[in-house]
Amino acid sequence: MIVGTLAKITGPVVVADGMTGTKMYDVVRVGHAGLMGEVIRLEGDLATIQVYEDTSGLLIGEPVESTAGPLMLELGPGLLSSIYDGIQRPLPVIAEQTNSDFIARGTVVAALDHEKEWEFTPTVEVGQEVVAGDVLGTVPESATILHRVMVPPGLRGKVTKIVPAGSYTVKDVIVVLDGEHEIRMSQWWPVREGRPYVRKLDPTTPFLTGMRILDTFFPIALGGNAIIPGGFGTGKTVTQQSLAKWADVDIIIYVGCGERGNEMTEVLKEFPELEDPRTGNPLMERTVLVANTSNMPVAAREASIYTGVTLAEYYRDQGYSVAMMADSTSRWGEALREVSGRLEEMPGEEGYPAYLATRLAAFYERSGRVEALGSDKRVGSVTMVGAVSPPGGDMSEPMTQNSLRVSGAFWALDTSLAHRRHFPAISWTKSYTLFLGQVRTWFEEEVADDWAEVRERAMFILQKETELQEIVQLVGPDALPETEKIILEVARMLREDFLQQFAFDDVDAYCPPKKAYWLLKTVLGFYDQATQAMSRGVSLRQIMQLPLRDEIASLKTTPHEEALERMPKLVEQLADEIAGIEVL
Amino acid sequence: MAVESLLERSLLSVEYQTVSYVTGPLVFVENVHGVAYNEMVALLMPDGSERSGQVLEVAGNTAVIQVFEGTQGIDVDRTRIRFLEEVAKIDVSPELLGRILNGTGKPIDGGAPIIPEQRLDITGSPINPFSREQPADFIETGISAIDGLNTLVRGQKLPIFSGSGLPANELAAQIIRQARVISGEEFAIVFGAMGITHREAAYFMSQFETTGALERVVFFLNLADDPTVERILTPRCALTVAEYLAFEKGLQVLVVLSDMTNYCEALREVSTAREEVPGRRGYPGYMYTDLSTIYERAGRIKGNKGSVTQLPILTMPDDDITHPIPDLTGYITEGQIVLSRHLHRRGVYPPIDVLPCLSRLMNLGIGEGKTREDHRAVANQLYAAYAQGRDLRRLVAIVGEEALSDTDRRYLHFADAFEKHIIGQGESGRSIEQTLSIGWELMSELPMGELKRVRDFIDKYHPTAGEQAAAEKN
Repeated sequence: MIVGTLAKITGPVVVADGMTGTKMYDVVRVGHAGLMGEVIRLEGDLATIQVYEDTSGLLIGEPVESTAGPLMLELGPGLLSSIYDGIQRPLPVIAEQTNSDFIARGTVVAALDHEKEWEFTPTVEVGQEVVAGDVLGTVPESATILHRVMVPPGLRGKVTKIVPAGSYTVKDVIVVLDGEHEIRMSQWWPVREGRPYVRKLDPTTPFLTGMRILDTFFPIALGGNAIIPGGFGTGKTVTQQSLAKWADVDIIIYVGCGERGNEMTEVLKEFPELEDPRTGNPLMERTVLVANTSNMPVAAREASIYTGVTLAEYYRDQGYSVAMMADSTSRWGEALREVSGRLEEMPGEEGYPAYLATRLAAFYERSGRVEALGSDKRVGSVTMVGAVSPPGGDMSEPMTQNSLRVSGAFWALDTSLAHRRHFPAISWTKSYTLFLGQVRTWFEEEVADDWAEVRERAMFILQKETELQEIVQLVGPDALPETEKIILEVARMLREDFLQQFAFDDVDAYCPPKKAYWLLKTVLGFYDQATQAMSRGVSLRQIMQLPLRDEIASLKTTPHEEALERMPKLVEQLADEIAGIEVL
Repeated sequence: MAVESLLERSLLSVEYQTVSYVTGPLVFVENVHGVAYNEMVALLMPDGSERSGQVLEVAGNTAVIQVFEGTQGIDVDRTRIRFLEEVAKIDVSPELLGRILNGTGKPIDGGAPIIPEQRLDITGSPINPFSREQPADFIETGISAIDGLNTLVRGQKLPIFSGSGLPANELAAQIIRQARVISGEEFAIVFGAMGITHREAAYFMSQFETTGALERVVFFLNLADDPTVERILTPRCALTVAEYLAFEKGLQVLVVLSDMTNYCEALREVSTAREEVPGRRGYPGYMYTDLSTIYERAGRIKGNKGSVTQLPILTMPDDDITHPIPDLTGYITEGQIVLSRHLHRRGVYPPIDVLPCLSRLMNLGIGEGKTREDHRAVANQLYAAYAQGRDLRRLVAIVGEEALSDTDRRYLHFADAFEKHIIGQGESGRSIEQTLSIGWELMSELPMGELKRVRDFIDKYHPTAGEQAAAEKN
């Protein structure tokens, strides 16, 4: 074992002497307190180490011990409903072990419960040839998630021993390959390395979020990725949490990276109480939380998003669709910057290290829909949504720009919308998605033939409104002709009755794509009838006085089934009533 | 947190007379052994006086020390350095209430010395997110723009973003005077003053004296002419005392930190002297992390009666909300209260510009059983209507009021009335019921059809709903 001595301490970065033989990114234990750290630079026998815990009180000359391996996660049944810090230490266990409400240093706890017994059912027999990724058996991890125990990557061989169905802990050997390789229910994987798969597949199924503006205007695909940039107070976290609650996927990995403690508490309190809209089980049962709040050590924050994505990949390999929310990636970028600064590296743009773009690209490329290892050709996906917190809301800063280059969709949060309490404050003029071509077919088959057309028209009206508003700013609304005033009115309906969605309303929090489509269809139907009536001389005022307009406004909070039944009739009724208006 | 390594060292404390280099607030000492990172240091000056400092970096046998009281008078051959074998700590006891301390926690009010019950590390440890309790109790500050629209909740951190010359201190003093929770408990106040002037300090002092609040205030005083670097310790001392009073003694603690801008300046000064790679506007790249270790020390803990609520005050340089200090603060705190020069010039007090304001925890503290069932709806409606009125003002500047429709004109007048009546309440306090009923009063001037967000409550609370319906019938 390699043991060196501490030679230099500056904040979270320390240098140890006599470390010949250690490798880059090996995990080390620093000092008598055994603080966990990671080697980030080697120079002769000096190793520079980022420490995941507070370094106050460390002395020069204290021992630094290498564990001779990189930062690894323990993957196995029991991950779901867990709450980890950035380096996979379960927070409830820390609280219990140290008997303190504060996080003490140097705490060593196992990521999985090693005592707990799981019901294991084997799916292979002695004598069978298996390859990496093959399912050896299953464990019901929650009411809906069947945990598939797989042959770890890199192993293959003939099953020479398998335990009968029964209760086992994650430490028990359940399968032996070729008489020598023991396989347990849990396996280890280095966080900074993507888990292997056979090949990437084209993403074609939409990642449904229940948020109208996202599902209809800027959809992404399962296995895709999106970024949500926005200044503070624009609703990044509320949006991320809504996604985590309602997204139509099997597993959610929620990474609170350098965010507020009270916000994590909100997630911790709400998720066990909320129901998964698809299965009716507590939402927590499909969720893994990684919480590294802003005042927890900066190096662990840097590691936390890798921890998150590795967990996501592990469930992807089991054949599940997984969504990973990272809130916020900017805090991760800042952690990189802070460590880079302590290393006295030559800074790139705004003090960020020059390798920021490379690291970001490598991170986002770990999303995707893949054919997993194993002979049964399972398909799984990791969808990533990363929040970005641009300083001063200025989107030209390096984190936003570099994220944009590698992500497939841009859901821009707009400060002025947030100020007028238009939520979700996602801008329809600045946002975009690159997945439209890939998911369009799905919508046309599952929702309606003319889905794309209806979407286009609604987008056009909103676009037109922006142009008209510029004119109104100059000359006042009265200068516009009636045909354009109606566009302003319809755009307002689109904004208030379609785009605005109240995350705290029981019904409105989640909107199925069919309802979203019909809401648009209703508003556009109103628009068509109104323009027609106006062409025969009916005034805008007469049309706007129709009481049915109020009903359109209440549709979004009407229970889905009821609204879906009502809307086609409402369109007809509107047509009749508008046609019935007499020209004054 | 205990520093195990320090205990293993000899009890004989060694003095070094090996200063090699002095720059800005930093002193470099050579040939030292067994020095701990963040360890406290005493500097014995050639004239016999003593100063304090802290180890910022140790490399081999060189230690870099930041001196809190400034480096003037330190020389290379005669100044002696003594390492104190402990990280920065403060003596705490319930007797601290009513006392005035300097920026590093030493009494300066001439009173009896404090008999410590505990001696605590001022850096603190992060609260385990799992052990946190969700904030849920409404704090009535008596200020409509806060209570009604950006509600403060127990355990929240809600900064006031001010500009030079704006009455942030008056507002803070008013909040301290009026703040109460529904259960009626009084707050213990921990006040951390960093680089404020004598005049400002005297203002707070007289406020506390006249309202009789002084015996429940712990006052940390680092004045504008006190050593700059000392300011780095002040908020940490204040929060250590706050956490002690809240989580050990079960008190409801309100922490006011003024002015965080001075704190950040001090941070920059040290960073520059260390020749670190500067981030935005010369502030160190780790300022976000550093600020978070201050602001995150607020909240509640499961199974614990006490709470720490933070009300930091900062001055936005040039009223620029995108400046790194307000920007990084906004990313850590749970919302912000923003003061506006425009309203201040027009004589509105408190000059709170509600549009950029936000309280992220508002929903947890309002509604039936806490404030009133219509609170959320009323706040939303007031916000939407005021934002619309403000937009129209711009339009009116170009096209004139005559060009507006009747509805738009009403919105315009609403915005004026809103600023005058809801925001500009003056020095007096208001209950939440008063705030909400003034809100309804103002909303009743708008056409009924526009009140979409409060639709469910119109029958119950709209002051003239009945009359209007009758008028429409006729």
